[in-house]
Amino acid sequence: MSPGTRTKIAVLGVLLLVLLLVPILLPSAFHLRVAALVWINATAALGLALLMGQAGQVSLGHAGFMGIGAYATALGPKHLGLDPLASMALGTLAAGLLALLVGRPILRLKGHYLAVATLGLGILVHLVIVSEVPITGGPDGIQVPRLEFLGWRLVGPELWYGITGTVLLLAAWLALNLEDSATGRALRALHDSEIAASVVGVDVARHKLVVFVIAAVYAAIAGGLFALFNRFVTPDVAGFLRSIELVTMVVIGGMGSIAGAIVGAALLTVLPQALTLFHEYEHAVLGFLIILFMVFLRQGIVPGLAGLLARRRLA
Amino acid sequence: MIRRRLLQGVATAGLLLAAQPLAAAEPIKIGSFLSVTGPASFLGDPEKRTLELYVGKINAAGGVLGRKLELVVYDDGGDANNARTFATRLVESDKVVAVVGGTTTATTMAAIPVLEDAQVPFISLAGGIEIVEPVKPFTFKTPHTDRMACEKIFEDVKKRGLSKVGLISSTAGFGASMRNQCLKVAPERGIQIVADERYAPGDTDTTPQLNKIKGSGAQAIVNADFGQGPAIVTRNVKQLGLDLPLYQSHGVASKSFIDLAGPAAEGVRLPAAAMLVPDQLPDSDPQKKVVLDYKTTYESTQNQPVSTFGGHAYDGLMLLVQAIERAGSTDGVKIRDALQATKGFVGTGGVVNMSPTDHMGLDLSAFRMLEIRGGTWKLLY
Repeated sequence: MSPGTRTKIAVLGVLLLVLLLVPILLPSAFHLRVAALVWINATAALGLALLMGQAGQVSLGHAGFMGIGAYATALGPKHLGLDPLASMALGTLAAGLLALLVGRPILRLKGHYLAVATLGLGILVHLVIVSEVPITGGPDGIQVPRLEFLGWRLVGPELWYGITGTVLLLAAWLALNLEDSATGRALRALHDSEIAASVVGVDVARHKLVVFVIAAVYAAIAGGLFALFNRFVTPDVAGFLRSIELVTMVVIGGMGSIAGAIVGAALLTVLPQALTLFHEYEHAVLGFLIILFMVFLRQGIVPGLAGLLARRRLA
Repeated sequence: MIRRRLLQGVATAGLLLAAQPLAAAEPIKIGSFLSVTGPASFLGDPEKRTLELYVGKINAAGGVLGRKLELVVYDDGGDANNARTFATRLVESDKVVAVVGGTTTATTMAAIPVLEDAQVPFISLAGGIEIVEPVKPFTFKTPHTDRMACEKIFEDVKKRGLSKVGLISSTAGFGASMRNQCLKVAPERGIQIVADERYAPGDTDTTPQLNKIKGSGAQAIVNADFGQGPAIVTRNVKQLGLDLPLYQSHGVASKSFIDLAGPAAEGVRLPAAAMLVPDQLPDSDPQKKVVLDYKTTYESTQNQPVSTFGGHAYDGLMLLVQAIERAGSTDGVKIRDALQATKGFVGTGGVVNMSPTDHMGLDLSAFRMLEIRGGTWKLLY
């Protein structure tokens, strides 16, 4: 077995175990809701982790793609009479095309132009959602119709826990495969040195673009799932702060680590719920914890802990 | 052996005795999710302080139905998704009897399905009319709506013998929502909207829009917005020398508007809650005592000036407490029935008369018409 395959099996195995254990240990609807939110955020963070960790590019407007997925799912049935699932698919397609359109010219340039462009893009998406009140419902948000599948009404936290968990598992499997493929190796090569990579024949711009589109599609799927699960979306879903939150998830968990993105998403989604104990000091404690993680596990939680373990084994 | 049994018996009896009053004194849990931080914190913070202050006072006075109240407050940061998560948490984990909260219309709308499904009575503190229209079985609200502000303004315009109104509003949430309501109620009130101008939230100049209104033959100007926008519009109206009555909304009902607009604010009229002018209310006014009491209590304990927003939370909590007392139970359906049977409740926002088809229960008398004179509010009627 190659080391790549071994990591793949380990990550997917642990993820599957956690997915199965959570409903047994924490069966209340509230816990399952928070868990489902973790799986949704993790799906979006996964795509971003590929972009940041593998291609070395940052998207500061990633919530914009989530917003496109979420609002497509909400608006398709309302204005076009489409099935919510079909609208979600269209939204995902739209997000992918938009990423292609924006990424194509920009990713030809060196440096962090993508960060600037996506920053603007994210804010634009948010602005459109907020101001087009007759279409999007504006800042007060919009209801999303219940999902029906073959006559079944898909409701209840248990069911959505299962759906979001399965999607995350699939997303993680695809991401791990990508990492372990020729594209993944080409990406890591261009991350280390674009010149060296292009010398050995890697089409730098094309590879970056592929990951960027994949990341956008992941975010849009997460957004669509969120809309269907929550049955209510507000422009917050596409907000700038949400974009920063996604980047923070990836950085805290460990850039370039698929497992790290999931851990980061879990941490940033669960901690605010756990910290309500501290009342007024909630935000201070959250910030303090993030600083601690960044100081003591500088590469991020997953790579940092893995490194610590390896060093201890050697010593 | 016998002695041990005896001891066991005594111990069990003791436990049973101890358990009896304990069960009776179990607190009544009231839940809340508020935007204490984030962009809506100027609303959420006084709401939280008010709820905590008055739950403490009620408990000191012996509680409700002989039981203490226990308040569970979560901060949603103004994020509708957080609000929904906390609403789920209040229902599932905290098992609250009722919820008083929901600072913004978005957070309220996100939480409604959760609380309706669980049949938990919910008193929202947000302004949007869609919260109670159409009426939902378990959802109530305390603040006035934008529509009432429009109606009050149009009533005053009519009183002045005028009928042509130029509307200028912000494209952001509050302004957009109030604009829609004003457009909707204008024909019912015999008002003709001759201009409908809009500006974006960050705009620093509105003279082009006002010039259009000037040319439209408007006899009065109505501005729907809150924050800095209204101050800019007010100054621009003065700068252009427009000699038309200017109306602002309840969204500017704070001292900072007068400071921002300066002398240009002189003569501006606006509908607002009694809370802004408690001292000017006549002694015969039923609200005078309630509003003054709340103001004194809040200002003496919180070291900050009172706001209408905290008042909404006060009204919500008191409505709920009275409903629980009348229902004589903490059963959700019974509290709901008692809530919608509320008649003649005097709160800081107005006199509340609920019914199964009206889950807000305020009429136009809840709004007072104020005019800014000499840099302060003057109660007109």
